[in-house]
Amino acid sequence: MNYNKVIEELGREKLITMYRQMVTIRQLEESIKYLFLEGKMPGTIHQYTGMEACAVGVCAALFKEDIIASTHRPNGHAIAKGLSLKSILAELYGKKTGCSKGKGGAMHIGNIDKGMINGNAVVGANIPITVGIALAFKLKKEKRVAVSFFGDGATNEGAFHEGLNMAAVNNVPVIFVCENNQYGASTSIKKVIKIENIVERSKAYGMRGDTGDGMDVLDVYCKTKEAVELARSGQGPTLLELKTFRYCGHSRKDPNNYMSNEEKEYWKKKDSIIFFEKILKKKKVLNKEKINQIEKMVEEEIAEAIKYGQEAPEPKPEETYEDVYINMEVPK
Amino acid sequence: MRLSLAEALRMAIHDEMKRDSSVFCIGEDIGISGGYGGAFTVTLGLEKDFRERIVDTPISEIAIFGVACGAAMMGMRPIADVEYGDFLFCAMDQIVNQIAKVRYMSGGKLKVPVVMRAPVGVTGRGAQHAQNLETYFLSCPGIKLVAPATAYDAVGLLRAAVRDDDPVMIFEHKLLYGSKGPRQENGVLDASSEIPEEDYIVPIGKGIIRREGSSVTLIGSLMMMHYSLIAAEILAKEGIDCEVIDPRTLWPLDTELIFSSVMKTGRVAIVEESPKQGGIGAEIGMQIAENISDYLLAPIKRITAPNTPVPFAPVMENFYVPQPERIAAEVKKMIEEN
Repeated sequence: MNYNKVIEELGREKLITMYRQMVTIRQLEESIKYLFLEGKMPGTIHQYTGMEACAVGVCAALFKEDIIASTHRPNGHAIAKGLSLKSILAELYGKKTGCSKGKGGAMHIGNIDKGMINGNAVVGANIPITVGIALAFKLKKEKRVAVSFFGDGATNEGAFHEGLNMAAVNNVPVIFVCENNQYGASTSIKKVIKIENIVERSKAYGMRGDTGDGMDVLDVYCKTKEAVELARSGQGPTLLELKTFRYCGHSRKDPNNYMSNEEKEYWKKKDSIIFFEKILKKKKVLNKEKINQIEKMVEEEIAEAIKYGQEAPEPKPEETYEDVYINMEVPK
Repeated sequence: MRLSLAEALRMAIHDEMKRDSSVFCIGEDIGISGGYGGAFTVTLGLEKDFRERIVDTPISEIAIFGVACGAAMMGMRPIADVEYGDFLFCAMDQIVNQIAKVRYMSGGKLKVPVVMRAPVGVTGRGAQHAQNLETYFLSCPGIKLVAPATAYDAVGLLRAAVRDDDPVMIFEHKLLYGSKGPRQENGVLDASSEIPEEDYIVPIGKGIIRREGSSVTLIGSLMMMHYSLIAAEILAKEGIDCEVIDPRTLWPLDTELIFSSVMKTGRVAIVEESPKQGGIGAEIGMQIAENISDYLLAPIKRITAPNTPVPFAPVMENFYVPQPERIAAEVKKMIEEN
């Protein structure tokens, strides 16, 4: 990995943006956890803590008009694709000004205007949908790409296999990003597949496969960029496996007791934010002072967004009937 | 121009694809040279004019409906096809959790104008190529359901479905297609129509009175509409004057038309080719009971298939499907008793 080259290519401003997005995701998830456990936030939570490099590295290699599809764990992808903190927080609080007017909730964060369809709470289900998005680009002769994010758990779903095969035979511009965080809910991926690397499955579909270090945002960026360039120029899809780890439980109050301490420590030593900080300091993009400044700004932004979410207006109960159909009222 | 239902659908799909470059077809065996044009010849030959937009797929229903959903989000208007409606179950997540709910979960920002074509009907193929699946989707908000019983309505409803911004599922009966050549069926009924030149549509949500009458209202879709008409002729000889309603759209139901007919006749029988349990008759019957029960002279009647899977043996299959004679007998009994 030639860090000098990629750092030069990305430039100071973009590198700082990426760093700031990673810090935002980390702090956002910490704040949400606190609010949820205190009982101040309704619904459920699925957190992205530890995996920040994946969302940020992938989205840094995309254009605004490219489309991403996320999962039940959408906050990291949403921040990386440019959704506002306020629209996310208002949605988490079930408010009218949320990104889905309070109709989606924690697992369906998204905003098509920012190039992110709503998060999908059925494991693997976004995979064939993303193939359809990419097919639309191909039929309309648009030079856009689609990215599907999913976890290791999704790779045993029928939708994964059908989606990858369909993408391959139609040669559509899609990148399948498998964030292998080692666990599907509480089940270790090692227990449910017999191969060492998920990326091996790409061969079964005659598709290009690649692996990236999901704790190194610059590696993720480079691997994604290569896949995106191929897809955009009509050279077909890629399955990109990113090795990563979630520091938190699967959802809600899950204390992740199924992960060993050795495993947790191994991954925390590779922490993506600390690793990126080191590189940026060494390359004189950031110093201690600037880092503190960013952390403080992000803290303030999140506090402001939380306040906004809490104070935003509730939807009217009768709005339940809206947005089911476009040109017809819901029959009662 | 007189066309069979399959020919009429083919013409309507061709015209929609010509009119709007965002319309495309996706499905199994739909555009294979030397093949059949879907299981029942509907898309036969369309690939000659629209090679890029007739997307032949693997046998892969999750992918077909997932791809249709994603493409529709990006402004395309897919017509997704399953060879037999029964295979919709393979794609149930994509249809019910995704296509039906995407708009809602996005707070109205996304739209998914997907047309889903599903051949249905009991046709000598046992239990898994035979079901009338309408009721499974009747309890799924977010999808409109249409069921054309004639070639004229097939054209009008297909056009309306393609131009609609919401997902629409079209149920087509295998014995009404009039498919020719190697895909011809036994036991078919003629559903062909004169198709006018003009660009008409049949509005979604509008039923039609197929036969006017005063003694009793029969409500049936697809094959059961045709059988109800035959039953009405049998009963006419005995002085019973049936009104036959074809709902054409199963969701949203044309309750205005149904209510006005039942208020006039005071009696109603709902005829279904599927089991009684949780059926269309349960929905229509309860709507009538909740809203206009004062007008009823007799209890609401359901004439349906038994609560069993579809059997194969021809004698059992004949027993399973409400035949015109059975419909007539049950209606006659209903009138004699009330």
